[in-house]
Amino acid sequence: MIALLLRDLKLAFRAGGGFGLGLAFFLIVTVLVPFSVGPQSSLLSTIAPGVLWLGALLACLLSLDRLLALDWEDGSLDLLATAPLPLEAVVTIKALAHWLTTGLPLVLAAPFLGVLLNLPVPGFSWLVISLLIGTPAMSVIGTFGAALTVGLKRGGLLLSLLVLPLYVPTLIFGAEVARRGATGMETQTPLLMLAGITAATIALLPFASAAVLRINLR
Amino acid sequence: MTLTVTDLAITRGGIPVLEGLSFTLPAGKALILRGPNGIGKTTLLRTLAGLQPPLHGRIEGAEDQIAYASHSDGLKPTLTVVENLSFWASVFGTQGIQPALDAFALNDLADRHAGNLSAGQKRRLGLARMLVTGRPIWMLDEPTVSLDQNAVKMFADAVRAHLGQGGSALIATHIDLGLDGEVLDVGPNKAKPKPIDDFEGGFL
Repeated sequence: MIALLLRDLKLAFRAGGGFGLGLAFFLIVTVLVPFSVGPQSSLLSTIAPGVLWLGALLACLLSLDRLLALDWEDGSLDLLATAPLPLEAVVTIKALAHWLTTGLPLVLAAPFLGVLLNLPVPGFSWLVISLLIGTPAMSVIGTFGAALTVGLKRGGLLLSLLVLPLYVPTLIFGAEVARRGATGMETQTPLLMLAGITAATIALLPFASAAVLRINLR
Repeated sequence: MTLTVTDLAITRGGIPVLEGLSFTLPAGKALILRGPNGIGKTTLLRTLAGLQPPLHGRIEGAEDQIAYASHSDGLKPTLTVVENLSFWASVFGTQGIQPALDAFALNDLADRHAGNLSAGQKRRLGLARMLVTGRPIWMLDEPTVSLDQNAVKMFADAVRAHLGQGGSALIATHIDLGLDGEVLDVGPNKAKPKPIDDFEGGFL
């Protein structure tokens, strides 16, 4: 399992890997927002938590169709399926590798981009906490979507359509935590909901992903 | 480790391709699958490897024993030869890739990126993967495609050594590899094993 994780990380960081794509997209979206809505700092600080969360979500979505497609195309998914590793573990590791190369950099970059959007000072820690808890769910849900659409030609569009509704609860509660944190309100309820969604997806979706992958490999 | 297949029927895309397939593959023997394109050789290998369920019939002795090599080799172009092999060695929990490098003359290419290898060299690397799995039953789908004569001999030697160590191999191929075993002639909806000496298609 460690070998698979290390290989995926190595592939992401080497030339042609997907590392940096999501981060660059996140940066572009956040930099462009002040240009499109105007430079009023009060308006920017109001919308900052939501914009940062939306940017992170879309950046996550961008790299999903490569998550399993590359392994499918070169046949290594077939070989992994005949290996002693259970497919549930394979998809979990794939999701973890996706989070480490896409989700975690977004979490780390978010406070710096928060400055660009005039995010109120108390909001920084809540933004990082909410993204830290929410992004793993996005990787796990994304892996499920990738498993559903693997092997389909031009599956990227279908993947986005399938995954977006599943991202909505995470987006609602994640952005709510950051928004409430930024305005100094109580954050416990949305934070618990967000954590609950993440825990449930991590607990359940790897089994669903492995099951659909088995069917798709036939 | 004997692989026994009884009255197997397999499907491709919902259409039955082979029915009434029965054979045994004892340790130390090879079984050559032969038949026209599209007859279901790949489907049979995928079914035996557990990648798809059979329509009906029984497969015994296959669980966790099979190393499967498909048309595509599962190589990562940005990893080196050694990194590719080491990855599969750790996935299958085996030690040491040196014998595999030796058997397919990959020592000189060890630090090259797989993306920079020729088609034949990639194929050799893909076959070397079979050695690092440590699994007793090899399932090979057209293993000699894009191999030169020398590499085909290398491959036949590796399979012979594997058979000598009590392993077995099921190979879909159109050329004569000179192995000890039987030929399974696969025709439309039927399949019957016969001795390997009857091989007529040898044109190597």
